[in-house]
Amino acid sequence: MRNMSMPLKTVLGVLLAIVVLVSTGAAAAEELLVYTALEDDEIPGYLELFKKAHPDIEVKIVRDSTGIVTAKLLAEKDNPQADVVWGTAATSLMLCDQAGMVAPYAPKGLEKVRPKMRDANNPPHWVGIKAWMTGLCVNTIECANLKLPTPESLNDLMNPVYRGHLAMPNPASSGTGFLTVSAILQTMGEEKGWAFLDKLHDNIARYTHSGSKPCKLAGAGEVAIGISFAYRGFMQKQKGEPVLTVFPAEGSGWDVEANCLIKKATIKPAAKTFLDWAISEPVMNAYARVYPVTAYATGVPIPDGFPADPEGQLIENDFNWAAKNRTRILAEWTNRYDGKSEAK
Amino acid sequence: MPTTIADTTNLPSQTFWTTLDKELWIKRLLILLVCIWLLVVVVLPLFQLLSKSVADADGRFVGLAHYRTYFSTPSLSSSLFNSLLVSVLTTCISVSLGFLFAYGLTRTTIAGKGFFKAISMMPLFAPTLLNGIALVYLFGRKGLITLGFFGVLPGIEINLYGPVGIIIAEVLFTFPQAVLMLCIALGMTDARLYEAAESLGAGRVRTFFTVTLPSIRYGLISTVFVCFILAFTDFGAPKVVGGNYNILATDIYKQVIGQQNFAMGAVVSVVLLIPTVVAFIIDRIFQRKQVAMIAARSVPLTPRPHVVRDGLYAGYCALIGFLIVGFYLTAVYASLVKVWPYTLDLGFWHYQFSGTGGGGYAAFFNSIRMSLYSAVFGTAITFFAAYLIEKSRQMNSLRQMAYFLSILPLALPGLVIGLAYIFFFNALGWHVGGMFIPNPMNVLYASMGILVISNIVHFFSVSFLTATTALKQLDQEFETVSESMGVPFTKTFARVTVPVCIPAILEIGVYYFVNSMATVSAVIFLYSADIPLASVAVANMDDAGDVAPACAMSVLILLTNLAVRIGFGLLTRRLKARAQAWTGQ
Amino acid sequence: MSNPDIYLTMDAVSKNFGRFTALAEVTFQARRGEFICVLGPSGCGKTTLLRVVAGLEKQTRGKVFIEGRDVSSLPVSSRNVGIVFQSYALFPNLTARQNIAYGLKSRSLSRQAIVKRVDELLDLVGLRGMGRKHPAKLSGGQQQRVALARAIAVSPDLLLLDEPLSALDAKVRVMLRGEIRQLQQRLGITTIMVTHDQEEALTMADRILVIDQGRLVQNGTPRQIYDKPATPFVAGFIGAMNFIEDARKIEKGLYDIGETHLSVSGENGTGRLPAGSRVTLAIRPEDVMLKRDPSVSNLLQTRVEAMEYRGSMFRIDLKRQVSEGTSFTITADVPAETVRRLGITPRSTLPIHLPVDRLRVYEAGKGS
Repeated sequence: MRNMSMPLKTVLGVLLAIVVLVSTGAAAAEELLVYTALEDDEIPGYLELFKKAHPDIEVKIVRDSTGIVTAKLLAEKDNPQADVVWGTAATSLMLCDQAGMVAPYAPKGLEKVRPKMRDANNPPHWVGIKAWMTGLCVNTIECANLKLPTPESLNDLMNPVYRGHLAMPNPASSGTGFLTVSAILQTMGEEKGWAFLDKLHDNIARYTHSGSKPCKLAGAGEVAIGISFAYRGFMQKQKGEPVLTVFPAEGSGWDVEANCLIKKATIKPAAKTFLDWAISEPVMNAYARVYPVTAYATGVPIPDGFPADPEGQLIENDFNWAAKNRTRILAEWTNRYDGKSEAK
Repeated sequence: MPTTIADTTNLPSQTFWTTLDKELWIKRLLILLVCIWLLVVVVLPLFQLLSKSVADADGRFVGLAHYRTYFSTPSLSSSLFNSLLVSVLTTCISVSLGFLFAYGLTRTTIAGKGFFKAISMMPLFAPTLLNGIALVYLFGRKGLITLGFFGVLPGIEINLYGPVGIIIAEVLFTFPQAVLMLCIALGMTDARLYEAAESLGAGRVRTFFTVTLPSIRYGLISTVFVCFILAFTDFGAPKVVGGNYNILATDIYKQVIGQQNFAMGAVVSVVLLIPTVVAFIIDRIFQRKQVAMIAARSVPLTPRPHVVRDGLYAGYCALIGFLIVGFYLTAVYASLVKVWPYTLDLGFWHYQFSGTGGGGYAAFFNSIRMSLYSAVFGTAITFFAAYLIEKSRQMNSLRQMAYFLSILPLALPGLVIGLAYIFFFNALGWHVGGMFIPNPMNVLYASMGILVISNIVHFFSVSFLTATTALKQLDQEFETVSESMGVPFTKTFARVTVPVCIPAILEIGVYYFVNSMATVSAVIFLYSADIPLASVAVANMDDAGDVAPACAMSVLILLTNLAVRIGFGLLTRRLKARAQAWTGQ
Repeated sequence: MSNPDIYLTMDAVSKNFGRFTALAEVTFQARRGEFICVLGPSGCGKTTLLRVVAGLEKQTRGKVFIEGRDVSSLPVSSRNVGIVFQSYALFPNLTARQNIAYGLKSRSLSRQAIVKRVDELLDLVGLRGMGRKHPAKLSGGQQQRVALARAIAVSPDLLLLDEPLSALDAKVRVMLRGEIRQLQQRLGITTIMVTHDQEEALTMADRILVIDQGRLVQNGTPRQIYDKPATPFVAGFIGAMNFIEDARKIEKGLYDIGETHLSVSGENGTGRLPAGSRVTLAIRPEDVMLKRDPSVSNLLQTRVEAMEYRGSMFRIDLKRQVSEGTSFTITADVPAETVRRLGITPRSTLPIHLPVDRLRVYEAGKGS
């Protein structure tokens, strides 16, 4: 029995190989894991700027819808993976903050940021980069075919002619969905707000997981109108889709896309570098080219198609109220519309 | 007779280690390792999942509180009914269609059986998300058929988003399984029974009910349960075309990914798991009976030509084949169209994956890498485990346990594996009786390793059964012969067992590869930023509304899988030709 | 072991599988170079016996000695045995040569030595020139020879054959019987062969062990087994046997079978039974004589019930009326020539003679 040790060796080999496989997942020194809810088609442009400024840092991006990024962060509470959260709804970051996951950090250039766009604590727990707002994506061809009037306000959407022609993001998973619902409840008051949502619900063909999807559905003609956010509509028009972006007359719900530092055993210096960069002027100018409202004024002209006074379009938004009531609103919303919708 | 044996040279006190074969101990150790492996990757994560479903966010035991919440919340519990309804309908339709198809392939003399069968297997190679996406391009508001081929024909509008879409997609998904299993059931009927029925003057209908149905009943029942499990647990297609129609699989995803409610995710997983396990147990019982029937010697039935019947079946098979091919060709076409349905220019815009999420080609190549690892390690582990369990003569109870654990994953939906793995691998450790035991598997979290392991476990049972079947065909005494000649079992394993089983081994490898490429359910909870995956990219792009790039990525997966399948098919054929020297065929 | 002639000793070996007893207290010895056949119906435990000898199964109780050394807990690889299985278990992907050389390769022999040895073995089993073929390309008999060559290639001290001929055609079987026996004698290798075929056992073995329900019921030379079966089971299992039930002992050597008395000289073991004991008498069909001479003892009048033509002879069922309503049947094998000469036809009466030295006596209700 001279070959006795062979099977053992085989097994050990397999085990070893698995370990090697596994260790490829372990991070190298200058790697940064960034979670973000920014749009897929805006990220590459920004990252190019970062690479130019900091070629030595390798950034890995996890991009998903706001709700999903939030869920992921909270799921990993005991064993956080991300180093930095970038461009994700402030209301979500507040949730993470409540869970004790955020390390306060004052990035360079913080003094320029408008007070409304940052956490009041010092050093702040989160710092905003820009605001994104509700916008209606209207497929002009489909509306013409279906003889639908172009809506001008959220109120118009209650018109029964739109029945089955609207798509809206599910606020539980989509930041856009949440800020829209939160805006409706804040501007109309809760009672009237829910009554409005009930009516709206009758006209909705589908609730989507992502905030961008209603706009994309509208772009593809799957629905005539998608409740989404402004940026999406402009981008899709550029691609050749027959999409018109409408800003509701009542004003748009909005949220701040913000950054924060995740509390980990070892906080990488690169994480702070990234946060400093994320509100630096070059990238702020890039944000401003597609989003009219940024953390501080840049002098970049307002992007085509936005109202002349983009800030005026934003409703009064109480983030603290929104964050505090998020769970309750979502539970109520889910109870009213999710799953029950088929039974109507 | 020798009553004086007691006074002979007697050396009973030789030490334990020298008298008992070392090989025996190595085998025992290996069987034990197989059990430990299955325990760690199957049982413990499931246990972790169960314990999460009865604990609150801080880990305190709350009993069945979550379950009470679940069943008292109509928006949640209605999904169970929806899931059952959709899967039962899917099963009925799929088994009926599959039965006719399989009947045509086994009991008629139509031409091109191999071709039809190959076509019907197409859906096995596509991510189920693609079934949903293709449906959108066919029956969506702006679908090819809804628009009547862009106005050429009158359009047909079906209410795609919801149960209708889910059922169509799931029928397509389960159809190949039904055909495969029913072909086997129909193919092993004893021709003598038909001769007997004919000689006794039984008509076609009577023969069908008295001979055909009884002889395939176990296969049929098994098919029903397998289709049910597949439809009940699939996540991909409902995610795309489910609309607002909630089913359990999408609920798990929504609870976990959308609402951060892990406890409720665990509860829904358990709710999903229970009918699946029941169906699994019934299936195993009938499978065993079917195997017992195969064992009996029978005369294979050679169908005789029958013009009308053969004509009908040829037409039916051609129609189904056309629908399947047309279905996937629509997807290919849609992935090439610039702006569906407004600008029908063809090109590769959507294959660039710029400005879309999911990771693009990096994800695609990661998926290939992951599938390769899964295929290589999965095949090695599966085959070796099957070998130890099938060909050892020691440790019967341990081997039986290992066997049970090996077929258990058949009952585990991918989503359940994925969620259980999050809980298990992300845990830093456990408090057991006041002692903290750190989790050695934690290093695997968010790595390629966890993805590969989840795939290996997800597809373990079928591969294991394939390996076991192949090994059973080898002479039971190979091991004994080599043992008696003092040849280590590893040598016989390498020189005889593996070479003889090469076709089965390749089959297992391809099975692992193809499924790892296409699967989304387990890995969607487990992939990490470093390692985006193609199938997850499809889900994420579809989520974000980038349906065309999602479609393009699915097509890439489908084509890769078909290429791998065909490539290995040719390789196996060559190997078989070479092996003809010793198979004597 | 005190006796250097003894190669193998099984001492009260039992084997249980759960509750099932496959072997019960089996004890026997095999001399060096002896050919032993283990004979018994299927499921009697004979294959288990072989596997225990080989070391493939470990006995539940008892001991196994090889050359006086206790090997009870040694595995097969340490017992130096060669095994030929019923299925041959030839490796299908290896040629005949490779199969034969399989065990040699792990014994640090040089390449040339292996080639030479394989050539010798191929010659020995009469397969010269067939070495390059794969098993599937060989006939059943040729496969059997390859299996045999592979088993003896490693020069085992003990050759174990598990129903080696059962898968073969009748003709090939008869031929291989002789070949295996010759080969075994030439090599002088101690051999144990398991079979359920009595003819095989009778023609090949030096000694036969008859096993029934896990028990060794008789151990003897083929002649002993055939002529003096120890129990009605052995008697019935090997060859044909007439049983006359309900006989009663009158005194030593004299038995009452109802109206008639029969004398028996070949009592064994039953000699000490008290008078009046119920016994079964037995006689083989070929030992039943046709005699008209009334002076001989053990003469019975019978009637021909049925005749079965068997080529060289007839098997005739003879009915003996004992009293009103009771009768027994005796079967006799009668050469065809005698039948013609005596003009025996069905329903004719026929006096028969049961030779005193061919009758066997068994205690009633024992061992059948």
